[in-house]
Amino acid sequence: MPARRLTAATALSAAVVLTALTGCAEKSDAAGDGAVQVTATDSECRLSRTEFPAGHVELAVHNKGSKVTEVYVYAEGDRIVTERENIGPGTKAAITTEMKAGEYEIACKPGMKGDGIRQAVTVTGKGAAKKLDPRLASAVADYRAYVQEQADLTIPAVWKFTDAVKDGDVEAARAEYAKSRVGWERIEPVAESFGDIDPKVDVREDGLEPGQEWTGWHRLEKALWEEGKIGADEKKLAARLLTDLEDWNERVGKAELTPTGMANGAKELLDEVATGKVTGEENRYAHTDLWDFRANVEGAKKAYALLEPVASENDPELTEELDEQFAALQDKLDDYRKGDGFVSYDTVGKADRKELSDAVNSLAEPLSRLAAAVAKQ
Amino acid sequence: MEQEREQAQEREQAAGGGGAARTVGRRAVLGWAGAGVALGAAAAGGTAVALGGRDAPSGPDRQVVPFHGRHQAGIATPVQDRLHFAAFDVTTDDREDLVRLLKDWTEAAAAMTAGRAVGEGAVGGIPEAPPDDTGEALGLPASRLTLTVGFGPTLFDKDGEDRFGIAGRRPEALADLPHFPGDNLDPARSGGDLCVQACADDPQVAVHAIRNLARIGMGRVAIRWSQLGFGKTSSTTPEAQTPRNLMGFKDGTRNIAGTDTGALDKHVWVSRGDGPAWMAGGSYLVARRIRMHIETWDRAPLKEQEDVFGRTKGEGAAYGRKHEHDEPVLNRLPADSHVRLAHPDTNGGATILRRGYSFTDGTDGLGRLDAGLFFIAYQRDPRSGFVPVQRSLARSDLLNEYIQHVGSAVFAVPPGVGGAGDWWGRTLFS
Repeated sequence: MPARRLTAATALSAAVVLTALTGCAEKSDAAGDGAVQVTATDSECRLSRTEFPAGHVELAVHNKGSKVTEVYVYAEGDRIVTERENIGPGTKAAITTEMKAGEYEIACKPGMKGDGIRQAVTVTGKGAAKKLDPRLASAVADYRAYVQEQADLTIPAVWKFTDAVKDGDVEAARAEYAKSRVGWERIEPVAESFGDIDPKVDVREDGLEPGQEWTGWHRLEKALWEEGKIGADEKKLAARLLTDLEDWNERVGKAELTPTGMANGAKELLDEVATGKVTGEENRYAHTDLWDFRANVEGAKKAYALLEPVASENDPELTEELDEQFAALQDKLDDYRKGDGFVSYDTVGKADRKELSDAVNSLAEPLSRLAAAVAKQ
Repeated sequence: MEQEREQAQEREQAAGGGGAARTVGRRAVLGWAGAGVALGAAAAGGTAVALGGRDAPSGPDRQVVPFHGRHQAGIATPVQDRLHFAAFDVTTDDREDLVRLLKDWTEAAAAMTAGRAVGEGAVGGIPEAPPDDTGEALGLPASRLTLTVGFGPTLFDKDGEDRFGIAGRRPEALADLPHFPGDNLDPARSGGDLCVQACADDPQVAVHAIRNLARIGMGRVAIRWSQLGFGKTSSTTPEAQTPRNLMGFKDGTRNIAGTDTGALDKHVWVSRGDGPAWMAGGSYLVARRIRMHIETWDRAPLKEQEDVFGRTKGEGAAYGRKHEHDEPVLNRLPADSHVRLAHPDTNGGATILRRGYSFTDGTDGLGRLDAGLFFIAYQRDPRSGFVPVQRSLARSDLLNEYIQHVGSAVFAVPPGVGGAGDWWGRTLFS
């Protein structure tokens, strides 16, 4: 689960921060003249300016207090734009970020707790957002449509799965389990960015917080495969899985998406494969990991395909390699097809898993350079 | 670390430091144990050096081992304290991809051995993209890092397939090693199309180098196996004491000195007439992962331990002699003792340059340490170097009761990289 949390955090901050693409390539200069000076003490959070133009923003923080502090930039609804923790007494820190026009709050948190001492700030103008390449704007719109499409496709698939559970039909439920996850897995980084949903529907037993009730797909997976029976609890949990995913389905379209966020989201899908699926940890009872594996790769391929026109212009060598490695990984996966799905992952031996893992690395490493190729202007 | 401390000590001496500093310095030179004592005294100076490291190499030149030269560094180079060795499978079938990889590796190796970061560095790039360099060596000096590359038999011929059009250039000396009695080789820890030996005085610097080369190689190569070595077991510096192996013995005391150009030319460097011209100035590397049954060894009486080696445990002198480096009189040693069986005179003059390291890789699941010697030998031709020596040892070495060879590989190590436009393997691929 640490990887999960990281993913969600990245997606969230990426979502808000990355609207202004041109700024991304600028080097930060911590003590630059344009920086907003933030003087933090144990009782104050002083800003040299409370109004500044949109785009690349630098905060030069000086902790003059006696406690370790942290500084947050919040957008409306306390959505975190950026944050810096562990700024020791007497030390300085530079925070750079991209901000769109709008109302924000900057908070200093002496002792690193509570809501902090807050200052309202106004970011003026349209900032760098206007420079977004129209091709990238349409890539984002198309990807948003894809995200909603996958979420919409998930609901009826989950119906089938949860209906089978409610009927107490173990065989039928097993048959629908992997299929019900495909839409979710294709858009996993976006899906997980809803931090309240992911722990309810996709948490594994080892990822539980103390006191957290285990719900969702993997709880049912364990019942179906490990225990081989469906009780009253499982039926209730199936109904809850459906409710949680319907809630998610209504909100997922509102996720903030950006071109670089999409590119790094594609990379994160491969990270999911590398850390969860190729090891067989994700579906440790059902061994349906190759289903999730394929869905992750398909989702990554979709994001890449939408960004490819711009990326191939900025870095043709990279897109050539990505095309090649996507195809190579697809080939490797095809070796394990069976019926409308895949062989059980516990039948895939160590040497074959290494081959799959090597193919994932071969794709993920160049894919990590896609964001830079998209941000380049 | 030791290098830094030595520097600190030198500065103190240059500044007219007192007798105490000199004492500390002499101890520091002795190595790890002595250096521990010196830590407090030299810490301040050491920190200053560390901060100046990496992107702005400073301090004495000996922290940087020159990357370019007629031979690859890391063979005759005085043995560094730590090792990270990696074998790779080439995953592409495209010769151009392989050549590009070797060029990319050469560039990265030249940077890292000079104490610089890879590519655009570890920080300061655009925030949305991962940095070129992984960053764990930031602030560390070059630490005498050497990177040495080798080509395995399967690069030339993999199951009868000539993937890169070089099968005809495979040297005869790059023969697959024969099976030796007692071998229990794990295929997952053996072989490899390519290898990189990273040696440095700081383990983090060695690991950083392998990690970054592996990352650069993704899509073209995949790591097959890798081995960390935490302590050197041999010396190529004649005046130095031979470091002890995990059995507590000095082994390989009669090693070829890195300064003995005559012996190197005779036994280590491939000469022009030896085989294909592309190997001239190169060498052959044999690597063996030798598991030591240290738990049973530790229960053996001292006399038995000494008989097994044919030398004393304390001084390391051969039986009947006084000092470690005194030439042994072979017929005074037990017939099946290790020193006697490994000696060139027992093996028709076969002489190899040893550069092995001790390892412990966790446990074996049976309550014992998975420990031993990662043996590395360089020679002009394994067929007249390692192979006859190992035949002799495998047959009757008393040591065999306490060791088992569990991994094996052989590589052709091409000549050095001449200068800025040159690259690893150019003589083979052009």
